[in-house]
Amino acid sequence: MNPKRKQRLYLTLFLLLVASGVTALLIQISGENMNMFYPPADVVSGEAPVGETLRAGGMVREGSVVRSSNDLGVTFVLTDHQGADFAVEYTGILPDLFREGQGILVEGQLNAAGVFSATEVLAKHDENYMPPELMDLQGMEPPATPKSVMPGYPSAQSKADTATDRTHDS
Amino acid sequence: MIPELGNFALSLAAVLALGGSVMGLAAPRDDVLQRAAMSMVFGQWAFSLLAFAALVYAFVADDFSVAYVANQSNTLLPWYYKVSAAWGGHEGSFLLWILIMGCWMAAFSLRSGQYPLHFTTRVLGILSLLNLGFICFALFTSNPFLRLIPLTPADGADLNPLLQDFGLIVHPPLLYAGYVGLAIPFALAVAALLEGRVDATWARWCRTWTNMAWAMLTCGITLGSWWAYYELGWGGWWFWDPVENASFMPWLAATALVHSLSVTENRGTFKSWTLLLAITAFSFSLLGAFIVRSGVLTSVHSFAVDPERGMYILIFLALVVGGSLSLYAARAGQASARIGYGLLSREFFMLINNVILVVSLAVVLWGTLAPIGYEALTGGRISIGTPFFNAFFVPLGLLLLAALAFLPVLNWKRTRVEVLGGVYQAMGIAAVLGVCVWFVLDPASIVVASAVALSAWVVLTHAKQLSLRLRRGRLPAAYLGMTLAHFGFAMGTLGIAVTATQSTETDVRMSPQSSVELAGQQVTFTGVIDVLGPNYSAQQGIFILTEADGSNAYELRPEKRQYFAGGNVMTEAGIAAGFFADTYLSLGEPLEGGAWAVRLHYKPLVRWVWLGALLMALGGVLAVFDKRYARQRRKRPVADADPVTA
Repeated sequence: MNPKRKQRLYLTLFLLLVASGVTALLIQISGENMNMFYPPADVVSGEAPVGETLRAGGMVREGSVVRSSNDLGVTFVLTDHQGADFAVEYTGILPDLFREGQGILVEGQLNAAGVFSATEVLAKHDENYMPPELMDLQGMEPPATPKSVMPGYPSAQSKADTATDRTHDS
Repeated sequence: MIPELGNFALSLAAVLALGGSVMGLAAPRDDVLQRAAMSMVFGQWAFSLLAFAALVYAFVADDFSVAYVANQSNTLLPWYYKVSAAWGGHEGSFLLWILIMGCWMAAFSLRSGQYPLHFTTRVLGILSLLNLGFICFALFTSNPFLRLIPLTPADGADLNPLLQDFGLIVHPPLLYAGYVGLAIPFALAVAALLEGRVDATWARWCRTWTNMAWAMLTCGITLGSWWAYYELGWGGWWFWDPVENASFMPWLAATALVHSLSVTENRGTFKSWTLLLAITAFSFSLLGAFIVRSGVLTSVHSFAVDPERGMYILIFLALVVGGSLSLYAARAGQASARIGYGLLSREFFMLINNVILVVSLAVVLWGTLAPIGYEALTGGRISIGTPFFNAFFVPLGLLLLAALAFLPVLNWKRTRVEVLGGVYQAMGIAAVLGVCVWFVLDPASIVVASAVALSAWVVLTHAKQLSLRLRRGRLPAAYLGMTLAHFGFAMGTLGIAVTATQSTETDVRMSPQSSVELAGQQVTFTGVIDVLGPNYSAQQGIFILTEADGSNAYELRPEKRQYFAGGNVMTEAGIAAGFFADTYLSLGEPLEGGAWAVRLHYKPLVRWVWLGALLMALGGVLAVFDKRYARQRRKRPVADADPVTA
């Protein structure tokens, strides 16, 4: 093999090695930092693992939000309106659009008693917007409230220039 | 009437783009035809400007019969937000994109005196073809001029309150200027492949445009981050959100391109690599447009959801990437040159820089697309969080700093080992500093200590070389630009490391007249008053910030706003900004007894993140004003290139 080809071969081998190393690391590390999403039914049925960081979501059940009177602790119940619901506990400030009846996402861990302790609560900023994870759930279509000022214009409802409103524990 | 004129102007721009691309790609050798192709470029610019002006007019005149205006504006909106609302949604922002494309093309034509006319015509032809794709996208899938007749609403739905802000007025134009500006190096690369010629002169041309586009992209991303920081109200400045990643990927590719171009210009190597990077950078800005505009995900500043648009961009992306890469595969072999260099040379360190940047690009790409791919394949949903990105970016960033520290003393081709003495001296000083920081700040955070030490190392080696050059009395603008940009990088990385690890954040319950301590300061909550804005009402908290001994009183007024039109609630933070640290307060929710949930942040060096980035951009712009580019500008146009087309 002439030296020029040899050099090129080494370079190619080196690049392949780097590329495969990076790919392996990517898959490994993203696997470790991946949060699966579970709807209420999976949380209740025990399909969601206990003690692992995961995401869950549902609608905040009416009348279930209880604020602690001396600190920022809060508990509420997430439901799919199909009979599956679970309790969430969280300490901190809730997002601006956190309301009873709204669809929200929580990130955190499920304990053995079936209570979800959230480290992060996510809601969306737009009134017509539903977090994408929740769109798939049955019986949870986004509240169909076409803006009355805009009759007959379809994209008013699908307008999604919304922002994730994040709050999370320190 | 005016919106119809706008629509007509946009259609005319499309016709001119078609003409320009046919004319330019056929690359006639006839002088008159070449001039015609160029004038069509100016036509595209002028008609996009007209179309955009028509849209702005519709906003200012509150013409709610235009669907886009009805969706994005409201009579209560202050006039400056009415203007900026023109690019507050998908359709209008794309029209802005087209206008900016026109501006870049016109600028390129005006500055084309230095290029062989034949080559310029080709480049303009490629740019016109791209512009044709953009304009057709606007006309057929997202026309901002569609009317709502006869169902004209009495008032508009209002601009998203998050976007009613100074940040939105300037952030998208700059960001798009960066995205679209990358089309110029792309077109230059494709034209060079068509001509079968890449040389130092080409690299010099390409550098000017790449640096400008890169600097604007840098500013755009920085503004976006700053906007997220003060406007989202919760103190974060980077979320690894897919929309942010969409702008970060072309930036990483463009940064690699800026460096690789310098090697191509000075040493004539890295040619095919440079061409590939030029194609990659623009492809990623199109991929970004796809991610943001197709609705494959919905996040912080996503615009609209519509599969038709997604398909269009995807096909366009496939054509552009596929076409340019096939051309590259067929032609790039000819551009290769074998010029050797040692391990201790600028070339090799530029290679290290490029490898790190490309690996970072792969990381961001994976982290952004993996959740989409997972959903497409399994139907389940996953999210990939900050720890994933940190796991890569912390070591990669530190490695990049370490490599950068050597750069000032390195020569092209090879460097004598003896010159490294100064570098090691600087390393000693920096290491001592790092160890001190490690003891003072937090013994646990070795990462911060190494970031401090490495940044100091970079600054020291660069400063030393700078002062040497100054003493010799010769300081080319390109050198000054590079040094500034590298200072900026060190400053930014230091800011990121410190603010990410040393910030404090607490949520507390505060009743009126109570106070809490925050990082050595006293925060006193006075109470909440009601205030009325032009299109919202707000509850405004009044906080007094004092040093521990009661001196230096500073008042902060975070707000909780309710917007009239959409009923949206917004948190406006109260920020005491400082060069060394920010104090950041936001109102949570009212609790019983007049108490409020309040979030308090103390963020050291957070400003350095943005200042560093701005310094980088400034360096990039400064480098363009180097004498060698000026000489090139003054020189008479070179005679038309010889027909070397393979």
